[in-house]
Amino acid sequence: MTPIFIVNAFGLMLLAILIALILNGVERKVVARMQSRIGPPILQPIIDIKKLLMKENIVPETAVKWVFNTMPFVAISTALVFFLYVPFAGQNALLKNQGDLILVLYLLVIPPLALAIGGFASGSNFASIGAQRELVLMLSYEFVLATIVFSLSWLYSVTTPNMPVFSVDLEARPSPWLIVGPFGTVGILLLLITSLAVMPAKAGKLPHDMSEAKTEIADGALAEYSGLNLALLYITQALRTFGFATFIVFLFFPCNIEQFFGFDPFFLPIFNFFFFLAKVFAVMFCSVFIVSAVTARFRIDQASAFYIFTIFTISLFGLLLLILDFFIGGQLYALFG
Amino acid sequence: MGIDALKRSLWVFHVNAGSCNGCDIEIVAALTPRYDVERFGIKLVGTPRHADVLLVTGPVTRQMKDKLLRVYEQTPEPKLVVVVGNCGSTCGVFYESYNIEGPVDKLIPVDVYVHGCPPRPEAIIEGIAKAWAKLEKTKVKK
Ligand code: SF4
Repeated sequence: MTPIFIVNAFGLMLLAILIALILNGVERKVVARMQSRIGPPILQPIIDIKKLLMKENIVPETAVKWVFNTMPFVAISTALVFFLYVPFAGQNALLKNQGDLILVLYLLVIPPLALAIGGFASGSNFASIGAQRELVLMLSYEFVLATIVFSLSWLYSVTTPNMPVFSVDLEARPSPWLIVGPFGTVGILLLLITSLAVMPAKAGKLPHDMSEAKTEIADGALAEYSGLNLALLYITQALRTFGFATFIVFLFFPCNIEQFFGFDPFFLPIFNFFFFLAKVFAVMFCSVFIVSAVTARFRIDQASAFYIFTIFTISLFGLLLLILDFFIGGQLYALFG
Repeated sequence: MGIDALKRSLWVFHVNAGSCNGCDIEIVAALTPRYDVERFGIKLVGTPRHADVLLVTGPVTRQMKDKLLRVYEQTPEPKLVVVVGNCGSTCGVFYESYNIEGPVDKLIPVDVYVHGCPPRPEAIIEGIAKAWAKLEKTKVKK
């Protein structure tokens, strides 16, 4: 814990918050344009946060007060710590030697869990319905997420012998597309599709926003939060979206820009930063922006079945193709010349 | 700092206190592509805890009286109340009905009245803008 590390970590977290909020603004703008509206300014989420910070912070009488008040802090701090463990903007993570993919998976789980606990603690019926839905949804998609991470890790374990398979070290990790044959490519594509399908649920966006459905259960687990607490949870939601997009980028597109073009080493971090933003934007565009502009909300049982049956099967197929590619791919390709 | 942010980010909660639904449809119309209030940062939220502005429609029936008071108390400060439609201002066509406890300003302090039966979306947007201007004036006085 050197001072320089602390400064770096703080800088990184502030940057992550800023990017997450701006991406949230971009999302609202893009969705508005798709519905042929003008849409709010891109900095709207930052204005919203400023406003929420000056509002009264109400704690309901029926709430379990200390749980209700600590959960927003738990949620935002885990959502921020996440960025210390995944490679960010083409740079290696600050704590790359301390953490691995399993830890990262857990860090992704805690913010929604904290939100659900806060909802249960707020003593409102709407909030507990929202929290229950959040938990059910989480149980459905975590399975898929685990399959994706373990498939890719298995792939590395058989193709790249010396690599610690769960490592979050960017340099040790070749792009998964480069180490497989045609079958494997299709397999990875299937895994990518499943991870994009998990994205709306992770981000709490349509069509999987039933846990905070504002038109039916009054913003769900957020129902009783106001002022500072709501501002923290608002930032957490933005960070969850951005964080999971970062995670997908890291799993499937870990390559940096210098692998395609030569650049002056001095400017390279800047180019890498914008390349990273472009990748995150592409992931979010495909999985959140378009989807939330054109879909309506699922019921919770439909969403759960969607993940447990459809998406989980697709991810298993992806894994199967990876295995086929490794064991009999070579002979098959030889057969067809 | 904060009040300025409120100008650009008004979150609105809509309370239907026995309205005939005409006003409610006009409020929703203000969100549609034609008027698009989201470009001013105005957003319809699902719970009074998140709200800055309460849009109250309808003459306040006896059943809704307690709920309206409760919603008003649930809204965090600083808050504004905008009454939309003639019903909320004067009870309108329901004037002196047996089951009416309103108009709204008998129960909670109202900042802006928007007239019309129902008012046009432009009028509703103007009403919210006026409510904000009123908030700014109180800030200057302090
Ligand atoms: S003012 Fe007119 S439109 Fe509005 S609730 Fe009353 S009767 Fe309906």
